[in-house]
Order: sequence, then structure tokens, then C-alpha cells
Amino acid sequence: MTWISMLIKFCSATEMNSSSALFVTPNSMLYEPVQQTAIWGDFSVNGFLNPPSPFILEVDGKLSNQSEDSSHGMGGILDGYNQDDSKQGEKVSRRLAQNREAARKSRIRKKAYVQQLENSKIRLLQLEQELERAKQQGQFMGGGIEVSHLGYSRNRKPGIEAFEVDHGHWVEEQNRQTTELRNALKSHSGEIELRILVDSCMSHYFNLFHMKATAAKADAFYIMSGMWKSQAERFFLWIGGFRPSELLKILIPRLETLTEQQQVEAGNLKQSCHQAEDALSQGMEKLQQILASTISAGELGEGNYLPQMGAAMEKLEALVRVLNQADHLRQETLQQLARILTTRQAARALLALGEYFERLRALSSLWCSNTNESA
Amino acid sequence: MDKVMRLASENGLMIFSKSSCCLCYTVNILFSDQLGVSPYVHEIDQDPEGKEIEKALIRMGCSSPVPAVFIGGKLVGSTNEVMSLHLSGNLLPLLKPYYSFN
Repeated sequence: MTWISMLIKFCSATEMNSSSALFVTPNSMLYEPVQQTAIWGDFSVNGFLNPPSPFILEVDGKLSNQSEDSSHGMGGILDGYNQDDSKQGEKVSRRLAQNREAARKSRIRKKAYVQQLENSKIRLLQLEQELERAKQQGQFMGGGIEVSHLGYSRNRKPGIEAFEVDHGHWVEEQNRQTTELRNALKSHSGEIELRILVDSCMSHYFNLFHMKATAAKADAFYIMSGMWKSQAERFFLWIGGFRPSELLKILIPRLETLTEQQQVEAGNLKQSCHQAEDALSQGMEKLQQILASTISAGELGEGNYLPQMGAAMEKLEALVRVLNQADHLRQETLQQLARILTTRQAARALLALGEYFERLRALSSLWCSNTNESA
Repeated sequence: MDKVMRLASENGLMIFSKSSCCLCYTVNILFSDQLGVSPYVHEIDQDPEGKEIEKALIRMGCSSPVPAVFIGGKLVGSTNEVMSLHLSGNLLPLLKPYYSFN
């Protein structure tokens, strides 16, 4: 390969911050971009980066040795290539354009890298928090009053600790699936691969509802209060989980190019979801009324209330049914949405949903670390 | 059971319920508040034959005895079935004959 063609390859593949650096550059400047390339090239984000150019080092010696005698400031680089001035001019402007393009790509890659660093920082905060929490649980595990930093102070019911561990795994798997979806969509994966991802994503959500049903039987209040969730997620709590209509509100507007048929069906789903949700909310209020009147039955202030306790415990059995129904609404809403959408649309929706929950958890971590610092 | 089938066929849209059951209340609210129909609600805890009705409903395959929803004399199911039907868009067509136009 001639040194001219190497030079041209260098122009198109290198990360340069200014076009002038190409022609008048000391050895050190040539090495700088190589290092940066190595970092950004190593870091594979969704196949986004080009592999680092292997040609950079080779051109080094040649460039710094060239004398500059061309009126275009090119040095003697092009002497041997073409004697025609206008063609040289073309080559110059083309090379300048290539430099600009390379610089632009470089800036994009740098931005993505910084973004990745910030995400990692948040993840690190989350991990530190989980570690703190695990330490605290470890300390208090031997029975007695347990005071987690969430303020939930009572003996954990059997089955709940197992649920929390399982849920930790569930979140890890969800994050992994979200990343997989992101990669698959970015690399324009085919229908079949997307279908597999969509289906396993959906099953994963259904697994959670199954886990919650078991845990609700162990401790319905725990599930009802969303105690296993991060703070920001708990802020949006509706009967032990997220609001199905809220989910549709977030996802549907983000779906591009819905056919008319799809728009109609999505609109219907939104409406029926709202109606089901409102009906269940009122059912929940009814349960609260029943429980309140059961607890307050007889003379308040009497001091003897065992009968009321017995009756109230019975009424609480209904709480499990309400929790299960809320999860049923979540599951049906997800299923119906997936049914309306194409595979690709469903993949995008599930990616959006996964990242939405990631963001809520990230917010919670940041909030916690802020609180800890100011304490 | 005779009583169940009789009540179901006499009332195009009906719910077997218990007055203390919050999911029965949920389904009732869905029909009357949200969807604009007026189901006939039979509280089986206030019916002396309530226990037999409950057993009959379970025998008929209802996932829980209450609420048990009948449309056009046929058992549709309990809360799960009603909610699934509604979210899939298949409940409204069933309710069409029973709309009261205000």
C-alpha cells in the first residue's frame, strides 16, 4: 500500500478535532487520537463505534517530514500523486470534508461515552445502596425489631425475604432484557429475533405478577405498600404496583406510525383500562370503608377489642383478592397492547417501559445519596 | 341449580354478589358507573339459599362464586373473566342489548 493511500485511509478513519491537525502535526498529537480511539473503540455500545483505525501509526513519520511547498499548504504530500492543480484542489476539499465528517463522528462518540459514564455512576450508586441495605439486613437478621432505611419496622414474614431476593434477580434480568432490546433495535434485527425478545420480556413481567401473588398470601400489607420498590416507584403506587393506564399514557404517544386500525384499538384499550382501573379503585375504597367500620365497631375507648380484631382479620383476606386483580389488570393491559402492535412496535414499547423503570430506580438512588450526604 | 338458572334467564344482565365483597362492588361499579348498564344484583348473603347458590356457581365453573356475572342467561365468569373481556374489547358488544339510553 502506498503512503498516499494510507494517508487517505487515515483521513477517513481517524478521530481528529480539527482539520488543521492533519497537516502540521507533531508526533505527540498523532498519538493522542490513537489513545482516545482505543478507549472509545473498546467500549462497545450497541455496536455504535467503529473499530479503531490501524493505519494511524504508519503515517506518522512520513507526515512530519514533508516540506511545504504547495500553495494549498499541503506540504509536498501530493507531489507524486497528481500534477494538475484543479484536481489537487478537489482532493483538498474532499479531504477537508472527510476530516469534518470524522470530527463530527468523533464528537458523537465522545458524547455517547460520557453518557455511558454517567449511567455507570448511577448504577454504582444503586449498587452501593443495595450493599448498605444488605448489610443492615444482615445485622438485624437474627430476629427482633428490624428497621430498614425504608422505615418498615417489624419482623419480616417468612416468604417476604425470599421475595425480596427473587425480586433483586428479577430487576437484574429486566435490565439485561432492556439492553438486549436496545441492541436488537439499533442493529435492525429481524422479525423472528425481535419476536423472541418481546415474548420473553412479556413472560418476565408475568413472572413478577406470579411472584407477587405468592408474596401477597404471605403478607398482603407488604405488597400493598410496595415495600420492595424504590422510592420513586412507590411514589406512583397504585394497589401494589404501577397504574396500567399510566403505562399506556407513557407508551402509546411514543409509538410511531400507528395505522388507523391500531389507533382505534389503542384508544379503546386506553378507555377500557381507565374504566377497569376506576372500578377497582372504588372496590378498594369499599374495602377500606368495610375495614374501618369493622375496626371501629363497638365502643371506641372501651379498651377491649378482641372481637373487632378477629372480624378485621377476616376482612383482610379480601386484600389479597384485590391485589391479585390489580396485577391481573396490569397483565391484561400489557397483553392487549402487545396484541395491537407489530413485533417491532412492541419491542420499542417494551424497551421504553424497561428504561422508564430504570430511570425511576436511578432517580431513587440519586435521591438517597443526596439525602445521605446532607444528613 | 334451578334458582340460579331461573334468575339468570329472567334478568338479561345479572350479578350474583355478596354485600361485603369488594370485588362484587368493583364489577357492579364497572357496569353501572362506567359502562352505563344496570345489572340486577342478587346478594346471596341475604338469601336463605345462599349456600346452595354458592355451591352451584362453583359447580358451573365460576372461578370464584362471587361475583358471578350472567349475560343473556349465560355464565360469563367472575372478576378475572369480566376484566379480560373488557380490556380485549369484547365486553361492550355483549352489553349492547342492555344499554339504557339516558
